[in-house]
Amino acid sequence: MLLKDTPVTTDKLLSVQDLRVHFHTLRGIVHALEGVSFHLNRQETLGLAGETGCGKSVTARSVLRLIDPPGRIVSGRIIFEDRDILTLDDTAVRAIRGGEISMIMQEPKMSLNPVIRVGDQVAEALLIHDTSLNRSSARTQAEEMLTQMGIPEAHRTSRRYPHELSGGMAQRIMIAMMLVTRPKLLIADEPTSALDVTIQAQILALMDKLVQDIRTSVLMITHDLGVMAETCDRVAVMYAGNIVEMGAVRSVLKDPQHPYTQGLLKTVPDKANPDHPLYAIKGNVPSLLQPQNHCRFSDRCEYAMARCSREIPPVYQMTDDHEAACFLHDGQSISSGGKQVDLMNP
Amino acid sequence: MRYNNHVNRKTNQSHNPILLTVEDLHVYFSIREGWLSRQRATVKAVNGVNLSLQQGDVFGLVGESGCGKTTLGRAIVGLSPVSHGQILLKGRSIVGLTGQDAHERARQVQLIFQDPYSSLHPRKTVCDLVGVGLKLHGLANGYEIDEQVLAMLKRVGFNIDHLYRYAHEFSGGQRQRISLARALILRPKLLILDEPTSALDVSVQAQILNLLKEIRQEFNLTFLFISHDLGVIRYMSNRIGVMYLGHLVETGATSDVFEHPQHPYTQVLLSSLPSIDPDTPSNRTLLEGDPPTPIDPPPGCPFAQRCPGVKPICREQAPELIHHGNSPDHFTACHFPHVD
Repeated sequence: MLLKDTPVTTDKLLSVQDLRVHFHTLRGIVHALEGVSFHLNRQETLGLAGETGCGKSVTARSVLRLIDPPGRIVSGRIIFEDRDILTLDDTAVRAIRGGEISMIMQEPKMSLNPVIRVGDQVAEALLIHDTSLNRSSARTQAEEMLTQMGIPEAHRTSRRYPHELSGGMAQRIMIAMMLVTRPKLLIADEPTSALDVTIQAQILALMDKLVQDIRTSVLMITHDLGVMAETCDRVAVMYAGNIVEMGAVRSVLKDPQHPYTQGLLKTVPDKANPDHPLYAIKGNVPSLLQPQNHCRFSDRCEYAMARCSREIPPVYQMTDDHEAACFLHDGQSISSGGKQVDLMNP
Repeated sequence: MRYNNHVNRKTNQSHNPILLTVEDLHVYFSIREGWLSRQRATVKAVNGVNLSLQQGDVFGLVGESGCGKTTLGRAIVGLSPVSHGQILLKGRSIVGLTGQDAHERARQVQLIFQDPYSSLHPRKTVCDLVGVGLKLHGLANGYEIDEQVLAMLKRVGFNIDHLYRYAHEFSGGQRQRISLARALILRPKLLILDEPTSALDVSVQAQILNLLKEIRQEFNLTFLFISHDLGVIRYMSNRIGVMYLGHLVETGATSDVFEHPQHPYTQVLLSSLPSIDPDTPSNRTLLEGDPPTPIDPPPGCPFAQRCPGVKPICREQAPELIHHGNSPDHFTACHFPHVD
């Protein structure tokens, strides 16, 4: 059954085009997203990486149209399969949320209802999207899902309340709730950031298995580049409301083309030599109160040129699946293809 | 050779002098409830820990949440009650100090908290925040305070414009610098850093870690660096200790522990760390279940419930922290350590 309608892997499931999101605050308009474009293929895991405030979560929430006032999606298109989510009416969007697109939040305990048994919360997700189901068969399906999530004694655990569970268990419940409806797209917003590394390893292994089983696509948001390297097929690196680099995970992490990505990778202390100071990107993240009229990384960039503070860099295509928004790639400054100038050691 | 004897022996060696010794430290919290608040259970947060820090050490304490690393740090500063055991600073006990002695201990041992958003008073200016210690300890008066505060703020990367601002005007990294200035101005001997960078982004984290390394040299400090981030611990520390469920399960030089982990828990912990290099093969050991709670823990090895190589003796007898392997400074509490 699954094989018959298995699409070709290059088929686009989600395509976000020139998305702009502004927040109208007392201090002025915060230009949170300034023209974000990316696509996600079927059965692919795309990572959104970047630091606090770069717009990762806003991007993810926009896909489900979950931007609350004072935030507003100003322009852009979000094409999911063949529908533009931004032009659908509320009923249609509600059917998509939790049914075709699910979202896992960072803090599992904050997202679960504290006064409803966890099994019922998982079953509720099924009942909302499949009206033909009755309560008891939804419960049975929910328990099956919990067993698949590696939860011991699923029947007993499903009768518990969220406060009785550990962080790792609660996150398993969340993932069960989100995957039980077999969504086409799973948005995971820092799913393991609140967990310890040994629990994180368990959850990531489990997610990987289930995502394979259900053949769902994943939009994985994380600030942990290690998690990204292990789970994603492609990654997009965000900085101050823009995607600055995007490509296959190996090519972005091994051969980063944007100075920000290069800096970010060098600041990770994991393999650094303790006798040398760590590489640090100088300065701070710029204010987003001004509309973008130049490269927002130019103030902190080692390679900044005069035009960087005057123009917005377009996206340059390096290879079929690797692009960066940086003037360094304009014309001859970097030869595209096989041999590339090593920006790390110029 | 047991760890205690090792510590005592080391005092006589020509190494740097020992600054801090923790001997068989137990920190228990009782859970009381019901009528007349009867004691129901005991949380054994720290359960028999031995440590020694030489002058100039950066001792990294790693472990997962709830393993007791923060409680241990707080016990050294006097913020957690010590149920049993001894903490010696330069050979003198600092457990249960009162009055002038406690005051002096507070100057010598400073603590940097994890969350820079809740550890600074929201209605005091940076000048007040950093200078209050000088006033309390009577180290400076009047304009001297402002002068010293400004000098210290300049050292951690601020200027005179920042002197009369409030904490909310600063970013997370800047606030952590203010916390650092507040601690350093008292010229402490020992700095306990409780997850100083886990609330920060990587690029800011790098700035703070570099600053910490610089000031450690400059002020001749000793660090107890508490973190769950193995990468940060590896970069910062020269010696590390791995904690699990209130016990120190492995300790040694950073390179020894990272390259030749002997305790099965250390091995699992190291294998769980995702690598940013897509070419690194991941041969990960997954653990079953969650860490057990430290409420009335069972006898035997604390890791026995989840250990992949558990044997009957592990459930009955708690292993001692003893020396294994070739490196003289490498100690492991395991009946069947992996020694190569």
